[in-house]
Amino acid sequence: MLVRVTHWITVISFIALLVTGVEILISHPRFYWGEVGNSRTPPLFKIPIPSSRATVPTGYGYVLPDQNGWSRYLHFEAAWALVLTGLVYVISGLWTRHFRKNLFPAPADQTWSAFRSVIAKHLRLAPPERADFCSYNVLQRVTYLLVIFVLVPLAIWTGLAMSSGFNAAMPWVVTSLGGRQSARTLHFFVSIFLVLFLFVHVAMVVLTGFATRMREMITGLAAVSEERT
Amino acid sequence: MSKISRRKFVTAGLAATAGVSGLAVAANLAKHYGLVPPDSGGIYGPGETLTYAVQRLLARNSLAREFPRSMVSKIPFANEIPPLNESFKRLQGGGFANWRLVIDGMVARPASLSLADLKSFSVRSQITEVVCEEGWSYVAEWIGTPLFEVLRACEMLPEARYVVYFSVDPDWWDSIDMADAQHPQTLLAWAMNDGDLPVAFGGPLRLRVPRQLGYKSVKFVNRLMVTDSLKGFVSALDPKSPNFGYSWYAGI
Repeated sequence: MLVRVTHWITVISFIALLVTGVEILISHPRFYWGEVGNSRTPPLFKIPIPSSRATVPTGYGYVLPDQNGWSRYLHFEAAWALVLTGLVYVISGLWTRHFRKNLFPAPADQTWSAFRSVIAKHLRLAPPERADFCSYNVLQRVTYLLVIFVLVPLAIWTGLAMSSGFNAAMPWVVTSLGGRQSARTLHFFVSIFLVLFLFVHVAMVVLTGFATRMREMITGLAAVSEERT
Repeated sequence: MSKISRRKFVTAGLAATAGVSGLAVAANLAKHYGLVPPDSGGIYGPGETLTYAVQRLLARNSLAREFPRSMVSKIPFANEIPPLNESFKRLQGGGFANWRLVIDGMVARPASLSLADLKSFSVRSQITEVVCEEGWSYVAEWIGTPLFEVLRACEMLPEARYVVYFSVDPDWWDSIDMADAQHPQTLLAWAMNDGDLPVAFGGPLRLRVPRQLGYKSVKFVNRLMVTDSLKGFVSALDPKSPNFGYSWYAGI
């Protein structure tokens, strides 16, 4: 139940973060490395899109409307929702041993051959087995653990590293990343990985039966509960 | 699915009551300790209040990062400035000799200071980063008069809670709380990188608030108003307000 509620709050927060994050990015679609970077310094790379600011040299003859006001408000509010929900999820997950039972790979699966066999199955496009509906395979488990314990914490860290107020209190949060512009660039890449995860995750849900998977995640009633004993 | 038992129902009811009263107590405490920003209403209020409250608890007195001279940006980036009015151009023609900074509101001794008057206070110089909410940044040396020195000289009243600062541009103003107004790095900057503050960077006088984003550092400042209420000065998400719908607190 808690897993399902926190999942859907996270979905809403993540979509809000993604939309507003893209909106904020549009105001300066250039990335740098180190402490400083602006339209007069060479970028590490540029995103070839128009900008919502006339001062950014994009090569486009027009400027998009500025939506940063509400985007920034919503980005940080959604970040709070994600952080607080994530805390509830992680604490309850440790308490109920959700991570140990369902996400940490079983001892038998902690080998490279277990990984290889799951990957090979996917490459052969083998149809999922019965067991795949009752439990996560090793590849799923490792991916979920990476998202929960590596990517999301990194997104929070690189995000906080861009806060002038937070930096004043804890300078190491940004200096350890090599500077403020490095933190912004890393924040962008972490977001790309999270979006990749989202695509694959949704694709897998669709491939294994969208209606059934959605019903399970919303109601908590497993379609193959008889086999669960 | 089992039916909800009476015990579960009562427990849930008690927990909900405790939660709501806990939130009410927290809200009152937050208000008492100045942890509620003026734009705490509306749908973005909860997130904004959390950010402001946590940063004020965590970093009320922290200093913004300062950098070695070698990190000063060779060509700092000057953002667009609004078209400047006739009175500004007249003052500019006179080398800003007649520029005045008016201090009024909740002060025992209102004042009108020239740049020369300001420079007679103790001078602070600091190498800090200007960070724009758009994402870009540069590092520069800022030289000026700490705001708290001016507030002290004007004998700010103890009930004062905010300082509103106005630009020569009539549609441009902003405000900060006492944590930032009394902060040693909040500068009335009149010089930058060993020269007078260029007009493109807000000269002759800019209020630099280094712990917040660039849009809080208003350019061409000619008036400070000390107050205990921001009614009429902050309207979040109003595109006609000087912040164009940007959050009042910009430490993030």
